[in-house]
Amino acid sequence: MRSICFYFQVHQPYRLRNYRFFDIAEKHDYFDDYNNSFIMRKVAAKSYLPMNKVLLDLIGEYGSAFKVSFSISGTAIDQFEQYAPEVLDSFKRLADSGNVEFLSETYAHSLSALTSKTEFQRQVRMHSDRIEMLFGQKPVTFRNTELIYDDNIGEAVADMGYKLMLTEGAKHVLGWRSPNYMYANAARPELKLLLKNFRLSDDIAFRFSQQTWSDWPLTTEKFVDWINQSDEKEEVINLFMDYETFGEHQWEETGIFDFMRALPGRVFSHSDFGFATPAGLAAKLQTVSPIHVPNTISWADEERDLTAWLGNDLQDEAFGKLYALKEKVVECDDTQIQKDWLYLQTSDHFYYMCTKWFSDGDVHKYFNPYGTPYDAFVNYMNVLSDFIIRVDENTKLGENGFSEVKGAATELFDKTGLAVNKTLKKTNKKLRKTIGKTKDIKFEEIKDMSNTAVKKLLKEIDVEEITAALKGAENEVVEKILPNLGIRAKKKYDEMQSELKKINKKEIAGYRKKIEDKLSDLFRK
Amino acid sequence: MFGWEFPPHITGSLGTACFGLTKGLSKHDVDMLFVVPKAYGDEDQQAVRIVNASEKTFDLKDEEYKEFWTRVKYMEIGSNIIPYVDPQEFRKVYDENEKTAEQYTSNVFSKQYEFSGTYGLNLMEEVARYALIGSSIAAKEPHDIIHAHDWLCYPAGIAAKKASGKPLVVHMHATEFDRTGGDVNRIVYDMEREGMQAADRVITVSNLTRKIVIEKYGIDPGKVVTVHNAVDQEVSKEIMRIKTKMKEKVVTFLGRITFQKGPEYFIEAAYKILQKDKNVRFVMAGSGDMLNKMIERVAHLRIADKFHFTGFLKGDDVSNIFALSDVFVMPSVSEPFGIVPLEAMRSNVPVVISKQSGVAEVLNHALKIDFWDVDAMADSIHGLCNYNGLSRMFKKYGKIEVENLKWENAAKKVKEIYLEVI
Repeated sequence: MRSICFYFQVHQPYRLRNYRFFDIAEKHDYFDDYNNSFIMRKVAAKSYLPMNKVLLDLIGEYGSAFKVSFSISGTAIDQFEQYAPEVLDSFKRLADSGNVEFLSETYAHSLSALTSKTEFQRQVRMHSDRIEMLFGQKPVTFRNTELIYDDNIGEAVADMGYKLMLTEGAKHVLGWRSPNYMYANAARPELKLLLKNFRLSDDIAFRFSQQTWSDWPLTTEKFVDWINQSDEKEEVINLFMDYETFGEHQWEETGIFDFMRALPGRVFSHSDFGFATPAGLAAKLQTVSPIHVPNTISWADEERDLTAWLGNDLQDEAFGKLYALKEKVVECDDTQIQKDWLYLQTSDHFYYMCTKWFSDGDVHKYFNPYGTPYDAFVNYMNVLSDFIIRVDENTKLGENGFSEVKGAATELFDKTGLAVNKTLKKTNKKLRKTIGKTKDIKFEEIKDMSNTAVKKLLKEIDVEEITAALKGAENEVVEKILPNLGIRAKKKYDEMQSELKKINKKEIAGYRKKIEDKLSDLFRK
Repeated sequence: MFGWEFPPHITGSLGTACFGLTKGLSKHDVDMLFVVPKAYGDEDQQAVRIVNASEKTFDLKDEEYKEFWTRVKYMEIGSNIIPYVDPQEFRKVYDENEKTAEQYTSNVFSKQYEFSGTYGLNLMEEVARYALIGSSIAAKEPHDIIHAHDWLCYPAGIAAKKASGKPLVVHMHATEFDRTGGDVNRIVYDMEREGMQAADRVITVSNLTRKIVIEKYGIDPGKVVTVHNAVDQEVSKEIMRIKTKMKEKVVTFLGRITFQKGPEYFIEAAYKILQKDKNVRFVMAGSGDMLNKMIERVAHLRIADKFHFTGFLKGDDVSNIFALSDVFVMPSVSEPFGIVPLEAMRSNVPVVISKQSGVAEVLNHALKIDFWDVDAMADSIHGLCNYNGLSRMFKKYGKIEVENLKWENAAKKVKEIYLEVI
């Protein structure tokens, strides 16, 4: 039995917010949360959820006879989790049916295959792990962003152990050959290639609702007739398209869901075709010939080349400046930097900078948040400029190596050591002072007191007592007190000198004790 | 006085200059009637409207505000005249609006102009209509002298002169040669020349403009007088943003991105500097018909990570960009005066200006270069970025210099001119 192979691409980019020059080095939130969530919710409601239901119903009806495959980009998965978790659940139900294959791609839906094998393979592994965790199946088929392919990319994919890859059945590559066979990479024959039948795919994806098309309206009868017209020896019809075709590019009102609901029944009743997944075909079909693709192809536009993403100055500058960071970013230990690095690589950012379709209303313009490619470029570069600053700051230490860190650490220790010593000394001093003050104050200590303190003391004590206490006292103490006595007090002091002989030592000690008590009252804390 | 815009809705430096001049004149006891064309959207009902002081909102201190409005009577005329648009452009804009029935907004303008279709299809008809109203105002309102700003108002000035027989002073803020770089629109040129020929005195904003007026328009040198522009001394509330964490020096271009302003020379100078010094960022603020070409050039030179575009800046963002800048550059190919460098200097930013600007005649503390001399421009920028002594000196003395450029002084000269011809 011959096969129809459906592969649907599910992808949403993280669109950038309006990021101004003034934000550079100030703000590091790059993405338009509102718009991203709004678009995700809208597309989920119009396309993902209803179409998933159609597929689940078909699988329910036909069992293992009906099969499809999906590739879901990492940025789409992240946004499902953030904004529309119910979509992920419904994909999980599809996975549980066992009739759905999930393909492998770059996590960020990036163009990394064109510039860095390391980054490319890193992202592929990251995506593969994510898919396995979510859907319980490790992807065995690879599809690159926008079906971008050439001989070298094929080799890089073969190096990772993949046995099958999907790409475009570009006319200028195939020549007279048909896309409806299994081909292989020219250098690595173990990597099989399935090529998109772009005529039949685009009949559904682009022309379905085009009323100017001579074959409009497209019915399952017509479509199955066309499939039957293919040569009997041809083995597979590859129908590859964006999943948003259903309900978003082609609105529900066009009848696209009804068409898909009816298609399998018509195929089973009116043709010798069945449905297969890419992995199923890889196991079943032999390659008919290797295919040489020296120049990179994609599934975009008439040209089927890279000019939608790269080639003009805006795109090349942005792309070049972004990937100039690839070695540095690997060293960054900041998870937000790692995340932003992925999201900034998404091919859509470069697509918005394309100057090819200035005039015609393209299907992609529908999703383009910018008015002109120049706006897109300026905004992206503002974001990238900030990102470069962050990466530079994060990797500064790494650049200068261990000795630098050690030097910095030593210096830090020295500085802290000094500071600790200083504080310690200060505390000791304070402590001693406090302890000193808790002790009683001796009479002799008067000599060290300030004049203010002495005056304060004299106010509290009778002149007679002072005079008595000073008898036989140290000169220094006497000299401290006398200048602080008032005129009358001084007079009294002088008058009393003659009477002092009568006072004995014990009495003197008594007066001094009294003064000491007073001192303690006054000055002790 | 015939103008075409007045604060607070200013679209270019002409409005600022007119406002400064009228304020200056009011201090010298000159009474004024200021007439501007303006689209309201309800032109059918009223063609002429006298605007009361209470309807205008200004950021002025009360005292000054009152004093100003005792001297100035302000009148708006329903019209579609758009500043800074040549006849072809006007036609294009008009047609586009005809098709889409949408409002015309442009980044260059801070105000929306509505096209109701009530008026003539081309700009010249609008100008003629403005002139007609001008003559009727001149017949009704008592005055001693007529003062018209730039070519769109000249027919109005001439008509007013015919109606009242009073002397006419025309004010050349820019010539068609400055605006187009030689690819002169004949109609506009003729209108400028007729205005100046009919005038009793021609005021030019710089000697540079005076020379063009004499040489290219054949106006009698005896009646052409230069009165340099000044700068508003009221310090708008100072927004001293803390300098961002951006470590590099910031070099700024601010102005319309058109041929006249020489943006491409700024980019080439930036490229030269960035080849040697990675510690600089360049900013091009503004919008205009050459913006996309400039973005492409920057991308082509692969310097877009250090060269940024902000689009048109409004309000506080202008002060913010000055607060962020270390050097301001005005590489104009032909600039009758050029007031923006003065605003930069007032914000403590040292400036590099082209010798082909009128403002170069009044400034000492600015580095002056030929607009085409990209090497010299790069040198000057690099010097101001890296030699602190130089930039410190320019900041300090530049500010003083600007503070001495008062509208009051300019207005005094204008009043003297009035007195000569009355």
